[in-house]
Amino acid sequence: MKAIVNVSLKAGVLDSQGKAVKHALDSLKFGSVKDVRVGKQIVLELDSKDAASAKEEVAQMCEALLANTVIEEYTIEIIS
Amino acid sequence: MKVSVVQFPGTNCEYDTKYAFEKLGASIEIVWHQKSEIDAKSDLVVIAGGFSYGDYLRSGAIARFSPVMDAVAKHAARGGKVLGICNGFQVLTESRLLPGALKRNEGLHFISKHHHLKVASNSNDFMRKLSINDVVNIPIAHHDGNYYIDEESKKSLYDNEQVLLHYCDENGNISNPNGSVDAIAGVCNAQKNVFGLMPHPERAMESILGSQDGIKMLEGFFA
Repeated sequence: MKAIVNVSLKAGVLDSQGKAVKHALDSLKFGSVKDVRVGKQIVLELDSKDAASAKEEVAQMCEALLANTVIEEYTIEIIS
Repeated sequence: MKVSVVQFPGTNCEYDTKYAFEKLGASIEIVWHQKSEIDAKSDLVVIAGGFSYGDYLRSGAIARFSPVMDAVAKHAARGGKVLGICNGFQVLTESRLLPGALKRNEGLHFISKHHHLKVASNSNDFMRKLSINDVVNIPIAHHDGNYYIDEESKKSLYDNEQVLLHYCDENGNISNPNGSVDAIAGVCNAQKNVFGLMPHPERAMESILGSQDGIKMLEGFFA
């Protein structure tokens, strides 16, 4: 099974890369863009018995290493 | 005075740091990150600058799990002094030995130049040879030096005199190169034995190289 982890800066923490990308989209005349957040995606190949235990384990990985929860938040999607 | 300088794969300031502390009369031991102990007689542990583990995932995020970091945490817990410079500061925030975190510079560029810093508090071993509002000229060289801390924690930093330095211009007016909250360049923990800063005092030890203001900072660690 696979886990897809998305890590991004928390709402309220200024995302300079997102701001720069928005600025570039503005100059390309994509006027509909209201906000851009840039994050990273981490894809894990797992050997877990079920989706629930996989999600729980990946959450522990996020807290320990994959995200810095002082500034970042994460989402986890499990694909069996 | 005995100083232990921690070396990870990718550290590149350990020999500058050795030079700086030797110049001030210390004896130096460079400690490879796989070692799980630090000499109990060590007065100060320095986590030197560089790009530990290639800055993979986040700057300092992987180095934190090296065996030597348990020894650094123990050294800090028994009141031993720890100084993290640049990447070392990032390692210490990732390890939660210092509050806050370091984000990508606001302008997204790597910045490498001399910058002035203003002393915010001197009630600690690192800054004690300087006066509040003294201005020093110290090189900075980083991509992820944008210090972040939430409002509430920031207030307690000020209340406990844990903010060490602000970025400023040569006249002492605040000037922020990287977007750090309140232009903060360095902080310490509440117990005032763990210190971290993005600028490189160990690179400001010789006037022929642009500044020797680093001496005034590092000599604070000497009795």
